[in-house]
Amino acid sequence: MELIETHHLTKIYELGDSTVHALDDVSLTIAQGEFVAVMGPSGSGKSTFMNVVGCLDEPTGGQYLLDGTDIGHRGHDELAEIRNKKIGFVFQGFNLLPRTSALENVELPMLYNGFPPRERRQRAMAALKAMGLEGREDHHPNQLSGGQQQRVAIARALVNRAPLILADEPTGNLDTHSSVEIMELFVKLNRESGITIILVTHESDIAAFSRRIVRFRDGRIVSDEPVKPKET
Amino acid sequence: MHIRNEMLRGGEAEMIGILPTFKISLRALRVNKMRSALTMLGIIIGVGAVITMLAVGTGASERISQQMSSMGSNLLIVMSGSSTSGGLRMGSGTQATLTQDDAEAIARECPAVSDVAPTHNGAAQVVYGNQNWSTGVAGTTPGILPVRDWSLASGRPFTDQDVRNATKVCLLGQTVVDNLFGNADPLGQIIRIKKVPFTVIGVLAKKGQSAIGQDQDDAIFIPLSTAQKKIFGTPFLGMVRSIAVKAKSADQLSAAEQQIGELLRQRHRIGPRQEPDFTIRNLTQMMQAAEQSTQVMALLLAAIASVSLLVGGIGIMNIMLVSVTERTREIGIRMSVGAKTWDIRLQFLIEALTLSLIGGIAGIILGVSGSKVLSALAGWSTVVSPLSILLAFGFSGMVGLFFGFYPAYKASLLNPIDALRYE
Repeated sequence: MELIETHHLTKIYELGDSTVHALDDVSLTIAQGEFVAVMGPSGSGKSTFMNVVGCLDEPTGGQYLLDGTDIGHRGHDELAEIRNKKIGFVFQGFNLLPRTSALENVELPMLYNGFPPRERRQRAMAALKAMGLEGREDHHPNQLSGGQQQRVAIARALVNRAPLILADEPTGNLDTHSSVEIMELFVKLNRESGITIILVTHESDIAAFSRRIVRFRDGRIVSDEPVKPKET
Repeated sequence: MHIRNEMLRGGEAEMIGILPTFKISLRALRVNKMRSALTMLGIIIGVGAVITMLAVGTGASERISQQMSSMGSNLLIVMSGSSTSGGLRMGSGTQATLTQDDAEAIARECPAVSDVAPTHNGAAQVVYGNQNWSTGVAGTTPGILPVRDWSLASGRPFTDQDVRNATKVCLLGQTVVDNLFGNADPLGQIIRIKKVPFTVIGVLAKKGQSAIGQDQDDAIFIPLSTAQKKIFGTPFLGMVRSIAVKAKSADQLSAAEQQIGELLRQRHRIGPRQEPDFTIRNLTQMMQAAEQSTQVMALLLAAIASVSLLVGGIGIMNIMLVSVTERTREIGIRMSVGAKTWDIRLQFLIEALTLSLIGGIAGIILGVSGSKVLSALAGWSTVVSPLSILLAFGFSGMVGLFFGFYPAYKASLLNPIDALRYE
């Protein structure tokens, strides 16, 4: 079953006199349960693509279906609700709320969809435990290592049971050891929970954890190929 | 499949509720304690100033109305005219022109008048036992008590019979009692006024200071005829210094004034072009004018004070704008995980409202204690009315909403992508 379908997506920015085609006729289908790496040099349109897929930005033209629903021409609040229910974000800079405990950071998405406080707490605790962060619930982001912070962010992305995780350079701020740890977490989530993961990266050894690599250049998809299973 | 069903419900905009938003706002305020406190200070001073100024104003006008009622309401005083001596006019009451008959005529012929009390007064030394005291002695008629709205603390008033017979009885003011008798009961005792023995038949209720700060309780009332014949004497029979008149109501004051004027001109045979040989003082009107000017003053003070409240509000707006900018990334994070427009707005609105309301409460405390301190130190009478507290509190809430809305609105309009990238 297709989770993401885009048909002829375009995104045009007006920069003074010149127009920039950040996305130029992008048609792509991603099925539920896939693990896709999006690669490309900066300015290739991969970030714009991720923003559109993440319902943070609207395309200038074309159609985007998320889980069978057309995302075009939705209001601010409708998009917010779709993000809340369908998408978990993991960012390069973690984007956790400062001076706020790990637990409350993970509770955040549930705050915006009316979960009762007790259920919020239970689910956040469970998500943190699943990320191996038991006992760190009350730590603030600045008391956690980079890898731990990113695991809090993943717990936050998972806690609403969103079917899709968008990870924008999730290992960009991490050392190699933590990077591998995080990527193995993603692989496990994808394999065991069937969560669809789209990962933006420019490191090929990170992309190698995925099962399909889509390359962007100048707003177009230039290649789309499966990853050969690693020899162990 | 359940995913799709949830998605179809997607349009309904449910918000996160006040309580969690309130917690978020409180946390933000706690994080910047110093800043929050300083921002509140603007509101605290504003609300405090408004309440104190209103208290001063209310206190002043309440004091005036107290004096007004102690003086006797709807009171007119007819003074005899001034005598002229070698081109010098000597001031009211110096020429003996009013008589007891004038007073009776006023009572009889002026429909707007309810009570009349002709008065012949002067100062006299009063002796009881080994105590003596100099005080104002007023010879008058029983009408003086209703005219001045005065009652007796004990004993009985003198009667028309007493006035006709020039009996030697007296009513004592509280100050005279205190000075002559201390704690002893004066009723039935004999005191000497200018060496003439008088029986104390009543004690006047305490009245306090008059509008000009005179002790109204430092007085003795005796029958008019007794004063005329035995204490002060008169140039001619029946002469009085002044006539106190009570109009039937506040509305009838001017009518009474006019009727008395016409009647006395007629009786004293004074033509319309001539200077009258009497003057009529409308004390109530003077007091009302004073009360009005106090109220205007109080409003003016409160208006000036509310400017500081306004400045406090601008301070809140300023800080909230800084706070929105500082927390751009936080707003982006919240939006990316599903915060809706009003979730963001409410968060910042409640933050502004919390600042202004906590500031308002502290300001009320400051204002109330400030008024207390002011009345203790400067001796001003201040009255903090519940209405002014309510007003100040409500006003500070409005300030918070009003000045908090723009920053909140601005925050809610942020683009989540830009907000997330904000450094």
